[in-house]
Amino acid sequence: MAAKPHGGKLIERVEKKERQQEATEMPRINISIDEARDIANIAHGVFSPLEGYMTREDFENVLIHGRLSNDLPWTIPIVMDVSKEEIEEILEGDDLALFYNDAPVATMKIEEIYPYDKKEYARNVYRTDSMEHPGVAQLFKKKNFLVGGKITLLKDIPTNFPKYKLWPKETRILFKARGWRTVVGFQTRNAPHVGHEYVQKTALTFVDGLFINPLIGRKKKGDFKDEIIIKTYETLFKNYYPKDVATIAILETEMRYAGPREAIFHAIIRKNYGCTHFIVGRDHAGVGNFYGPYEAQEIFYEYPDLGITPLFFKSFFYCRKCGGVTNDKICPHGKEDRVNFSGTKIRELLLRGQQQPAIMMRPEVADVILKASNPFVE
Amino acid sequence: MDEEKKFTTVSIPAPLFKKIEERIKGTGFTSVSSYVTYVLRELIAEEEEEEEPFTKEDEERIKERLRALGYLD
Repeated sequence: MAAKPHGGKLIERVEKKERQQEATEMPRINISIDEARDIANIAHGVFSPLEGYMTREDFENVLIHGRLSNDLPWTIPIVMDVSKEEIEEILEGDDLALFYNDAPVATMKIEEIYPYDKKEYARNVYRTDSMEHPGVAQLFKKKNFLVGGKITLLKDIPTNFPKYKLWPKETRILFKARGWRTVVGFQTRNAPHVGHEYVQKTALTFVDGLFINPLIGRKKKGDFKDEIIIKTYETLFKNYYPKDVATIAILETEMRYAGPREAIFHAIIRKNYGCTHFIVGRDHAGVGNFYGPYEAQEIFYEYPDLGITPLFFKSFFYCRKCGGVTNDKICPHGKEDRVNFSGTKIRELLLRGQQQPAIMMRPEVADVILKASNPFVE
Repeated sequence: MDEEKKFTTVSIPAPLFKKIEERIKGTGFTSVSSYVTYVLRELIAEEEEEEEPFTKEDEERIKERLRALGYLD
């Protein structure tokens, strides 16, 4: 039995065609690709139980308590920012058309327009207000007011990966059709190295199915490009995964790099996709040294009512004495015998055009990266 | 920002309160209230209502799409 959607009901707020014409006559706001993607996520239930952008009560509860105003766990504000000039043209109670690329993609019933404190937002969500943090830097670029209210999707925006685009309703039916009663979700923004494969397959040993769910969207400089992530996973699946117990579909949203809070957010999303378990590794959704290595695991103890079981993994590495991939918990050998799966080290080798040692990365996967002219976000 | 959250009071037997006070010593719980809140949240989450099943039409339509994409044989 798939996990129940967060809040008990999978949200669906899609009303294509009928309101398209009507929307052209409403006050309008132009939105970014990130906002358009998140509107689709709300409308198709990825962010259940949210039915729109947060109003002040939910927003403040999320900041302070990591919960919606109805006490349901929720750790990342889902908000739409507007400028002073924009709010002069709209009123609470209005219907607002949200335009992307000069076409209406959604409407919003404005419930509330309110100011917010960016520093307080940053300190609560990112646990820092340092501009060195990419999530904080992004937040400080936002406009000074927020607008909350339910949205209705009029039009799905195109994706670069239509073959891998599934919504929660679809994954739930997929899992059921495959007979998977327990499914572990894996969040990633990386091309897979052998350590990732080890974690995924270890988790898969105890459940019926593995759902790899790469995050596609805005990322920081130096992260793998979306198409590289997809191509490397295609290669890994083809060569090293049994077809009937593993599957892959994309999640289109931006990375916030909010570490512990984002780990909870990622788990909720996978619960909505129907996963019963969720892998949380070392420094999940972290960046630089802003979070402790296992802070993103510790936060789960504050949420006994999350409704999805986290699977915690320690740091993993190749041990020469063990002769395989292992981790801190089960390997008795010293640092001198260990080869760490350092993302930075792997990137350095790839940037120099060097093949990875096979104990670090499958040769087929490394080939995909080496053949790309520039595999990293600039 | 208004940091006030709506809290309310419930009564529990004094001996139970004492027992909980003892139990939470040396744990991460800072008060009996935080422990009781934790336990109740866990309990309530387990009793959430069952999800509404998909309609047959929905299921068939989606399975068709999943087959077209290569997810199902």
